Amino acid sequence: MQTLNTTLLIIGGGPGGYVTAIRAGQLGIATILVEGQSLGGTCLNIGCIPSKALIHVAEQFHQTQQHSQHSALGISVSAPTLDIGKSVEWKDGIVDRLTTGVAALLKKNKVQVIQGWAKVIDGKTVEVGDTRIQCEHLVLATGSKSVNLPMLPIGGPIISSTEALAPKSIPKRLIVVGGGYIGLELGIAYRKLGAEVSVVEAQERILPAYDAELTQPVHEELKKLGVKLYLKHSVQGFDSKANTLQALAPNGDTLNLETDQVLVAVGRKPNTQGWNLEALDLAMNGSSIKIDNRCQTSMRNVYAIGDLSGEPMLAHRAMAQGEMVAELISGKSREFNPTAIAAVCFTDPELVVVGQTPDEAKAAGLDCIVSSFPFAANGRAMTLESKSGFVRVVARRDNHVIVGWQAVGVGVSELSTAFAQSLEMGAQLEDIGGTIHAHPTLGEAVQEAALRALGHALHL
Amino acid sequence: MGTHVIKMPDIGEGIAEVELSVWHVKVGDMVVEDQVLADVMTDKAMVDIPSPVHGKVIALGGQPGEVMAVGSVLISIEVEGAGNVKESAQPAAPVKEAAVAAPKVEAVVESKPVAAAAPRPAVCQGPMVAREANERPLASPAVRKHALDLGIQLRLVRGTGPAGRVLHEDLETYLAQGQSNASSVSSAYAQRNDEQQIPVIGMRRKIAQRMQDATQRAAHFSYVEEIDVTAVEELRAHLNEKHGATRGKLTLLPFLVRALVVALRDFPQINARYDDEAQVITRLGAVHVGIATQADIGLMVPVVRHAEARSLWDSAAEIARLATAARNGKASRDELSGSSITLTSLGALGGIVSTPVLNLPEVAIVGVNKIVERPMVIKGQIVIRKMMNLSSSFDHRVVDGMDAAQFIQAVRGLLEQPATLFVE
Repeated sequence: MQTLNTTLLIIGGGPGGYVTAIRAGQLGIATILVEGQSLGGTCLNIGCIPSKALIHVAEQFHQTQQHSQHSALGISVSAPTLDIGKSVEWKDGIVDRLTTGVAALLKKNKVQVIQGWAKVIDGKTVEVGDTRIQCEHLVLATGSKSVNLPMLPIGGPIISSTEALAPKSIPKRLIVVGGGYIGLELGIAYRKLGAEVSVVEAQERILPAYDAELTQPVHEELKKLGVKLYLKHSVQGFDSKANTLQALAPNGDTLNLETDQVLVAVGRKPNTQGWNLEALDLAMNGSSIKIDNRCQTSMRNVYAIGDLSGEPMLAHRAMAQGEMVAELISGKSREFNPTAIAAVCFTDPELVVVGQTPDEAKAAGLDCIVSSFPFAANGRAMTLESKSGFVRVVARRDNHVIVGWQAVGVGVSELSTAFAQSLEMGAQLEDIGGTIHAHPTLGEAVQEAALRALGHALHL
Repeated sequence: MGTHVIKMPDIGEGIAEVELSVWHVKVGDMVVEDQVLADVMTDKAMVDIPSPVHGKVIALGGQPGEVMAVGSVLISIEVEGAGNVKESAQPAAPVKEAAVAAPKVEAVVESKPVAAAAPRPAVCQGPMVAREANERPLASPAVRKHALDLGIQLRLVRGTGPAGRVLHEDLETYLAQGQSNASSVSSAYAQRNDEQQIPVIGMRRKIAQRMQDATQRAAHFSYVEEIDVTAVEELRAHLNEKHGATRGKLTLLPFLVRALVVALRDFPQINARYDDEAQVITRLGAVHVGIATQADIGLMVPVVRHAEARSLWDSAAEIARLATAARNGKASRDELSGSSITLTSLGALGGIVSTPVLNLPEVAIVGVNKIVERPMVIKGQIVIRKMMNLSSSFDHRVVDGMDAAQFIQAVRGLLEQPATLFVE
């Protein structure tokens, strides 16, 4: 058996792992990264990036179709057709460019990448095939996996998001199980690509993690698109002969919903199985590895970052943790202390939440001003044919310090930057109100929301 | 106006990195030629960095405790006429540093009203800031990081920004008033929840490394013997009475140095350095006695070179000179390295027994304990004698217990019959 020695060993080449490796390389730390599948992990290969590509295809297709029927913009085209094979090829091209880019960055920073599945031996030893790697510091970044439902095993017509992101054809009918952001992003995309889409959600609202006011515009858009919602319905099973999904309605009836495919999107769980993590006997926090504010696990010099360390399971959190861990290992003093981590849903319309929502602020005992500004009064939104949605700000009444931002509307994902920045800098309403926001942009609604909270919005 | 940049100089022995110990200037200060700008440290020597120019400090290149590469920018000074940096060649870095450093100038101004408010701790002391116990202090990511680097708990810092936002200058102010706040606790029985984080930098880091290294590598073996110093003390008193006014007062140390010199003639294995990586023991003819000395910044070991060639008074003068230099942090590198055996004494605080840690790569260290008058039995009579213990440690990897014990017995014999110290 070949033995390698290194200072830092990272298990997992996703956003958490590869960022740790790049930063460690920059700091001159001898680093080995082990990845069993493809660099970039879930995010680049079967998550964030491919889903955004598919959403873009769906949106373009949908727009063109709108124009072919009735275009207020005066555009007339004939009905579009879709070569989904080519769409997937285009998406794969993007993924390929990004993962190749990650590989190049790792190489540039002298990170040794080992292909293979890691097996943990102890806190300083990992085996990959017949190679044994000894390290001083071990970073666990194995990410997360889709949660499966026992009555809906993946296979045949029952698919997970991974299969949904590489379709060979668009099914005529698709039932999405789970009305969270993954289910809705893909459900809306499939609807726009021509499938008849239904969403089955056990809770009484879609996007149950967000408040009703915020999700209302998404709800309306789903109705407009003709996506059927089965709220407060729980899935019982799937009859593969009749191609029907059984769902229990709130009134006790069992519905038989005919469909061609079922997409299971009921969440993700930390990937703790199958790589002998048990050998470390680390303290857990539910199903995720327990970490402190330096991403240290209960074992010295063993770190866990990203989805493996629990919620919020977001690539940008994993990257920030990874960067910090690399600096900690190099001897710098760091701690993970963000004021807020933005969460974005690429539904139609898009949805952004950064910091505390009105309910969360209230629960935290804060007396807050909550104020929103609708895109219906924003010129730029009108020119984008976007009428629904708003920007909402939550600020302390006593000192006007902003504690949270939410927005829903076309293109609001890009506002997350401004939101996060204002929270990290400790901005007050007056700071945002006093910053000149370019006209005509969606960002004006950000300034106006702050001004409205101060009682003097200009365009309302 | 131009900018004169001073780089971290190479202060000897081809060292690539130097630790910045302390700044004597801050951004915005006017400096004159030859004014000391900073102290830097290598190994155990502290070196002044004087200014070669007149001008105004516009940027500092590092923070105390930072280990800087030789050749990196130490300080930038704005000077009349052209500096040594071309305008166009002024990269983003100094601009950025100036931007970061700028608030420090204001901090000086800020600190005055704060100091004036000191008698009202309820207003200005950290924990009393109107902030809930578990509330997150308001501060930008850059300020948070800076606080972490400085080891400051942000929640203890009074924020002067809008809505109590903690600014960079608040950190400076907090550091500046840190000392005075600590003493203002009123009741002697007040419960205290404060804690202080002291970064292990500079001398302390060096000492920590060396002590750890020594205890990890060497196999310490300690040996304690009591010595009747009545005779040598009588001799010392006599010499001081007779020559003290002209030649200077003698402490016991030069006698101990002399005892080592004479005893080591028969124990060359103890006046040696052990290179455990090369597996070579170097026995030295010369006796270079390290004298462990407590300075404000920590333990230092200046070296009395060629003790074998020094008279009592010569040794005494050299010990005094080195101790002063070490305490002032002005001992040179040469004066702080190259010993072959070390003598450590806590003087009146010497206690009964100590277990000295070796000064690697040496193989022996001799510790001196307190002199006490004790009843001793001599020839069947109880008499009062001045007794002193010697607590010594040896590197048992290369010094056998028998040799070590015989060496200390030799030292004892010499000190108990002080004439033998000088009989050739």
